[in-house]
Amino acid sequence: MTNLLTVEDLRVSFPTRSGTIEAVRGVSFTLGKERLGIVGESGSGKSQTGRAIMGLTPPHAKITAKTLNFAGVDLLTASAHSRRQMRGNRLAMILQDPKYSLNPVMTIGRQIVETLRTHQRISKADARARALAMLEAVQIREPERVFALYPYEVSGGMGQRAMIAMMLIADPELMIADEPTSALDVTVQLDVLRILDRLVAERGMGLIFISHDLRLVSSFCDRVIVMYAGKIVEELAAIDLPNAKHPYTQGLLNCMPTLGTDRHPLPVLQRQPEWAL
Amino acid sequence: MTPTSPLIAKRRGRSAVFGLSLLRFLAIVATTYFGLLAVTFFIGRVIPIDPVLAVVGDRAPAHVVERARETLGFNLPLYQQFFLYMKAALTGDFGISVLTSNPVLTDIRRVFPATMELATVGTLIGTLLGVPLGVLAAVKRGSLVDQVVRVVGLVGYSVPIFWLGLLALLLFYARLQWVAYPGRIDVVYEYSFTPVTGFYLLDSAWQGQWDVFRDVFRHIILPAGLLGYFSLAYISRMTRSFMLNELSQEYIVAARAKGLSESRIIWRHALRNAAVPLITVIALSYAGMLEGSVLTETVFSWPGLGLYITNSLQNADMNAVLGGTIVIGSVFIGINMVSDLLYRTLDPRTRAR
Repeated sequence: MTNLLTVEDLRVSFPTRSGTIEAVRGVSFTLGKERLGIVGESGSGKSQTGRAIMGLTPPHAKITAKTLNFAGVDLLTASAHSRRQMRGNRLAMILQDPKYSLNPVMTIGRQIVETLRTHQRISKADARARALAMLEAVQIREPERVFALYPYEVSGGMGQRAMIAMMLIADPELMIADEPTSALDVTVQLDVLRILDRLVAERGMGLIFISHDLRLVSSFCDRVIVMYAGKIVEELAAIDLPNAKHPYTQGLLNCMPTLGTDRHPLPVLQRQPEWAL
Repeated sequence: MTPTSPLIAKRRGRSAVFGLSLLRFLAIVATTYFGLLAVTFFIGRVIPIDPVLAVVGDRAPAHVVERARETLGFNLPLYQQFFLYMKAALTGDFGISVLTSNPVLTDIRRVFPATMELATVGTLIGTLLGVPLGVLAAVKRGSLVDQVVRVVGLVGYSVPIFWLGLLALLLFYARLQWVAYPGRIDVVYEYSFTPVTGFYLLDSAWQGQWDVFRDVFRHIILPAGLLGYFSLAYISRMTRSFMLNELSQEYIVAARAKGLSESRIIWRHALRNAAVPLITVIALSYAGMLEGSVLTETVFSWPGLGLYITNSLQNADMNAVLGGTIVIGSVFIGINMVSDLLYRTLDPRTRAR
């Protein structure tokens, strides 16, 4: 199997007045057509890793890597124009909260159609039909109605499904989902995940699932990367998670309460300074 | 049920909501107008100017003063006076101007178009230049362009308009001869050209008198350009800050992730959202100019509302002052209505309520 994405020694840093902040410090992994989970706490660099692959890091950030290769394209040397053409078309990204990540003054339908018409020469009527089909694929019952709605008129779960539709409509090969369910109601989270899972499987896409929810990631992904302070501390298959070796991963796992047992107090994560080295 | 029926139900619901809000809208306008009339009436009664004396002069014998007081209705109880005032104001009868001995409304019909034409051209200039400049400054934040826009804005804020007006006249009229002298129109055309609406640019274009149009344009461009520059200073600053706010939103990241071009993201996504608060800013700046810019009108001998009201005030011509005040108040109410409607069309979230 050829790799869809190869990342080797990826570093993202932000020069500021008071020195350089290194958000990502040498991350390496490869991805095929599989589901890879990246877990870590806030500030561990997991989102910046995703954004660096997408090419969405702010212009003043510095990105270096030995290799950053997507389906044979060297992302480090690709022009801004060709990277833009890849975004939404071959690489797509789902953001955390549909309340903020959908344009509030544009109807959902127009936002979906916009992705398609940016990347494909397609008539308005055809684009509309494709968008309606896509809305149906993310299990929206009345696509015609939702097509004409504004983002504020739909619930969070429906908004996130619209977001998925908007990002999947041009058939990308790799999807980066940055905390796609963290802003959603727990009851809706699983619905949205199931839809995402099915579409990713059906279309044979690669998926990078970024989350801070270890349990969710392990049940949903094939492989899990655990990040801490901009570095990968552990990489393992999802089913091997209970046998994690790194103390940080073990700590994360230990923090979770288990049904049926009565553990008081719950262990608190003890961070060691040497993990960040 | 067919799948389209909820859509129709929704549309019907929207129009019902709109009908209701229109009613509420009118109620708000009526209340505001009532308040405006009450305040102007009150001001007219408390100021230490005797309107009767202004009419008959201070040497008139007592019986003449008394008769004038009766014809003007000042012998009536206050509530009756207020009622008569309301009635007159609502029918557009603001009385006779002491200074010009015309009905105040006739005077205002003459001077207001002059001010409105100036304000409209000024606002057009300010908006058409200010918004793109503000967008540019926000997009290229911290760059040379941003600094230049900042300085241009700062100068516009802080330099007195009459000084800049005089300097501009010195340069563009006296030295370079690019524009015409102060006033609305050349003496040559003053008698050959009959305005219909009072908006000279429109009138001359409508009548196909292009030489007049050219002349009117040469007269209006300098004062309108100055007013435009001052509103540009304000509009570009506000546009910049609204745009910076929008550009930092998550939906901009999403738009980038979709692979949209940078220009589409800036103009179609960010500016479209920034336009909502911008409407208020532009409307307020326009309304401010419609009050009549006394200084600009003085420097450029522009026969507008600001000059008219100032002259009236200095001559204790209370009918003219109150009439002018009511007109300005009405203009404010009208502009607020229009900007409210624009708000509704631009921001779908305000339509539901």
